[in-house]
Amino acid sequence: MASIDTGGGDSGHKKGPGVKKAKKLSTRVDMTPMVDLGFLLITFFIFTATMSSPTTMDLNMPKETEKQDEQTEVKQSGALTIMLSKDDKVYFYEGELAPDGSNFKSGTFKTIRDEIIKKRKSVIASHAHDRSCEKIQQRAKEKDPKSDWQNACKDRDFVVVIKPTEDATYKNAVDILDEMTINAVKRFAVVKISDTEKDLVKATEGAGGIK
Amino acid sequence: MPSVKIPRKSTDTDMTPFVDIAFLILSFFIMATKFKPAEPVPVETPHSVSSDILKEENALLITIDGESRVFVNLSSPKGGSEKLLRVIEGINASRSLNLTPAQKQAFTKAEIIGVPFASLGGFLNLSPSEQKDFKAPGIPVMDSLNNEMVWWIAETKKAFAGEKLLYMIKGDNKSKYPAFEAVINALRRNEEFKYNLITSREEAPAGTELYRERNK
Repeated sequence: MASIDTGGGDSGHKKGPGVKKAKKLSTRVDMTPMVDLGFLLITFFIFTATMSSPTTMDLNMPKETEKQDEQTEVKQSGALTIMLSKDDKVYFYEGELAPDGSNFKSGTFKTIRDEIIKKRKSVIASHAHDRSCEKIQQRAKEKDPKSDWQNACKDRDFVVVIKPTEDATYKNAVDILDEMTINAVKRFAVVKISDTEKDLVKATEGAGGIK
Repeated sequence: MPSVKIPRKSTDTDMTPFVDIAFLILSFFIMATKFKPAEPVPVETPHSVSSDILKEENALLITIDGESRVFVNLSSPKGGSEKLLRVIEGINASRSLNLTPAQKQAFTKAEIIGVPFASLGGFLNLSPSEQKDFKAPGIPVMDSLNNEMVWWIAETKKAFAGEKLLYMIKGDNKSKYPAFEAVINALRRNEEFKYNLITSREEAPAGTELYRERNK
């Protein structure tokens, strides 16, 4: 019995040979598992709390205007038209659509970023400085003098026209709008698809085996 | 030689303050976190690089679910049910639905509305638990002549006149684009051009313009 006894306080108060000693157990509890559990719960809460914070993407649509002089002019050479279709496929062409559809190409959401960057570079390369350009530069300079306002005007002619088909999903639309933010495309428009383009998309899909 | 006695100290430390701190932090986190309310319509939002956090304000939340059904949900953290009552009264008057006061009260408590005007009264007669199980057909938007979303937006706009009102669109990944377009058209017809699309956070891909801008 004495070997199990952990009590430290019995200094010889024996009351007699018949009296059994009350065992004195230590009141100290090992707290380590409790601490483990506590911190486990904390980490769990921290992770779940920060994971699900929804963000919002601002979308500003232009007012629809019939008046010719209020409409924004777009240079055909600087335009990149992107069509969204089913199975997350994208179709695009630069400038004006050739009558035979020869510049009509297809791609995916992974390749379209490179196309946007490529087009932007070529627009910047062929940029010609003129009077209206100075206004844009001036405005950029006033807004933030530290930014490279000299280059503010260079991608002026670059415009992306987004044309989602009926088969596109909402995710496609958000993805392509996101791509505009990612690549710092200042001018883009969401436009209804024309019948010629629709037919071309259908024909390409048919040839590619997408139903 | 007297041997030097090294006092033996116990190696176990008192863990109690440590436990106290741990549970203090734990209780703080439990109190501070707000649990996401169970969504009446399950929606998986697409990812975007946008980093603006959603604000709690007066908002008309338009939900498009995976089957391209459209729902509306009004939230007014400050105005309370009074504003919602004004919305339903406006709808009642403009669409002559002949709703009873009880049905109007039910509207202020309804979580989400996804029925055409014709069956709105019937939907509001259901109890909250029945509403949850109700398979809503969605608000008709695809017919441009009878886009009921236009009315919902118009009446909400009227009820919240002079106050800030956000138009939030929460679409599912799989929802079709035409449904989204129809919602946008309904907003446009009400002369509203600024919307908030609810998305999940995603980092800017490395090497892009935005990445350079953010890591300047």
